[in-house]
Amino acid sequence: MSTLIKDNKLTEDPFTRIGVDDAIPAQGAVLVPLATWQDHREKLLRRGEPVGVWLKSDEHPEIIAGDVNHLQLIALEFPTFRDGRGYSYARLVRERYGFEGELRAVGDVLLEQLHYMGRVGFNAFEVDSEDALAELEIAARDFSVWYQPSADGRASSAQLRTELKRHG
Amino acid sequence: MYRYDEFDQQLVNERAEQFRRQVRRRMNGELTEDQFKPLRLMNGLYLQLHAYMLRVNVPYGCLSARQLRQLAHIARKYDKGYGHFTTRQNIQYNWIRLEDAADILTDLAAVGMNAMQSSGNCVRNVTADHYAGRARDELQDPRVWCELLRQYSILNPEFSYLPRKFKIAVTGAPKDRAAVALHDIGLRMYLNEGGEPGFEVIVGGGQGRTPVIGKTIREWIEPEHVISYVEAILRIYNLYGRRDNIYKARIKILVNALGIDKYRELVEAEWLQIRDGVLKIAPEELARIDAYFQPPAYEQLADQDTEPSQLHDADPAFAAWLQSNVAEHKVVGYAIVNVSLKSPGKIPGDLSAQKMDALADLADQYSFGELRVSHRQNLVLVDVKQSDLHALWQALGALDLATPNIGLASDIIACPGLDFCALANTRSIPVAQDIALHFANSTKLQHVGDLTINISGCMNACGHHHVGNIGILGVDKRGQEFFQLTLGGSSDEHASLGDRVGPGLPQSEVPGAIERIVDTYLEIRDGKDECFLNTYRRCGMEVFRTAVYGPAGPARRVTATRQVA
Repeated sequence: MSTLIKDNKLTEDPFTRIGVDDAIPAQGAVLVPLATWQDHREKLLRRGEPVGVWLKSDEHPEIIAGDVNHLQLIALEFPTFRDGRGYSYARLVRERYGFEGELRAVGDVLLEQLHYMGRVGFNAFEVDSEDALAELEIAARDFSVWYQPSADGRASSAQLRTELKRHG
Repeated sequence: MYRYDEFDQQLVNERAEQFRRQVRRRMNGELTEDQFKPLRLMNGLYLQLHAYMLRVNVPYGCLSARQLRQLAHIARKYDKGYGHFTTRQNIQYNWIRLEDAADILTDLAAVGMNAMQSSGNCVRNVTADHYAGRARDELQDPRVWCELLRQYSILNPEFSYLPRKFKIAVTGAPKDRAAVALHDIGLRMYLNEGGEPGFEVIVGGGQGRTPVIGKTIREWIEPEHVISYVEAILRIYNLYGRRDNIYKARIKILVNALGIDKYRELVEAEWLQIRDGVLKIAPEELARIDAYFQPPAYEQLADQDTEPSQLHDADPAFAAWLQSNVAEHKVVGYAIVNVSLKSPGKIPGDLSAQKMDALADLADQYSFGELRVSHRQNLVLVDVKQSDLHALWQALGALDLATPNIGLASDIIACPGLDFCALANTRSIPVAQDIALHFANSTKLQHVGDLTINISGCMNACGHHHVGNIGILGVDKRGQEFFQLTLGGSSDEHASLGDRVGPGLPQSEVPGAIERIVDTYLEIRDGKDECFLNTYRRCGMEVFRTAVYGPAGPARRVTATRQVA
């Protein structure tokens, strides 16, 4: 049974996942595959309900870069935990396309990967484990220093050093 | 050299503690080996044939005497009293117990070292010219940029699940001692017409099953943009590199598939988006790191007259050592001393804890407490007064660390092979030992001159056989070990891949074949100044093939063992 964590809380998923061949329901938030979004973009927008797009790991989010302001959710799929494309996609979605809604990691997501995913801009995770929340708390507690600036807005060590120098 | 400040220290401490918890969960059975594997690999812990192996980073080969003493302590306390220096300027411990692994990371952290990303599909330890900052031919000391790259790549959240491992090498000298054309990214520093330093960026080089010489993706980039350019290369690779087949997943395959021009186009477009962003190196950060690499307090000295030829009659052994093991220092009156870990008959790259301690003392006494690890599996004392050379030579000799063979035939690179490695098809250490013993006579060694011999125990090529002047590749044929020879490889500024001589030979025939190749070279070389590689390039394969197999060519018995490389 998969669990959804959003913004560090266990969350009921308000989005109904729609398959490529499924009819779009009249009401309610939906999470649709890229093909459905492309084929029924206007219809989905006219519904006036939250819409999310689900991208597979070979679907570059650049395709929907111009649409991010219409979307409430972007789900990036990890077909295996070794497939790291989603980390680059996430940074592009946040930093380059300016998406501010829910960015969700779905698929083969390991607990140990959650804090890296958080750093590149994911704020929601669909995982198979009840321990995910605890893992996020551990990561938040145990890691305080990062060398790289990333999409989570946390200061890098270089930025911290500069701060220290200015105020010290 | 660089020293951790409070931020670096906190980062490695936190990482060591995280790994301690993960090991505990593994030992309690809360994690299966499958689940634990990616976690231990991120901390450099491999499971080999007989035990765990821990690979510890020596960042761009720079090592302090204090750190070397700690490596000795680790060898003594947790291993069998020795360590193995690798072609990646790292040290490996071959006999580690899982329950000790976290303690070792804590001991490493205490001296500003770690084992992060020494394995896994991420950016590995950045390597560099082992004479960086010291070589007389150097145009620009690359270490500050190596350190910036180290910090950029460690625990980088975007690039920790790349299609495959990723290696970056840097040099600032025209003589390439860092093999930059054989790395995923090679950075070559030089000065432009205005005298400003910058980088040539080479991409897609590598060895392994598909050896490729890297291609220049950019002729020139200013140093402040080097990190953002590396990020652009990494991002394009992360997005488009193959993930369906681990043997086709390195960046070299992507660059070859797209062509360098298309790859460059993608990288340049990406780079334009980020070049003036947060990765642009701020002058104050550069200055902060650069301060760590200020030269030590050299004395005002004159160059000594240590021409080996003049010394030769008086002290031939010392002269031979000066000739092969000592390199020119950029500061007048000083020298760079290579410490050979290739005493014939010993395991290339191995060093006992006792010798590590002794060498750390010598580094303190003669070299401002600083050493380097070379990618040829030797160590280097980088700041030795020329007037101390004789005393240092005697002290190294007493430790069996003064074999005068740097860059010569017995300075053999060998992978651990089937004695340790779970991937190997054949042993490689005994082959190296056999050949080195053939060249134990120092007069013959010097007579033959520059000659690199590299041995890999399987086609993964960890012994870099593709770029040995003579390469030796171990292959398994129906349970028997055979060794294929290649000639003409080189990893320097004129890098080339070796050409296969012919079918593999049984181990017993390898030293004899090498000897015939070398004798042939001695016969046909155009004077003493033409090294083996140049003779091969001038004369071609046929004469050497005849030397190996005789005029009739390889016998049918051997032909049957032909392998697909």
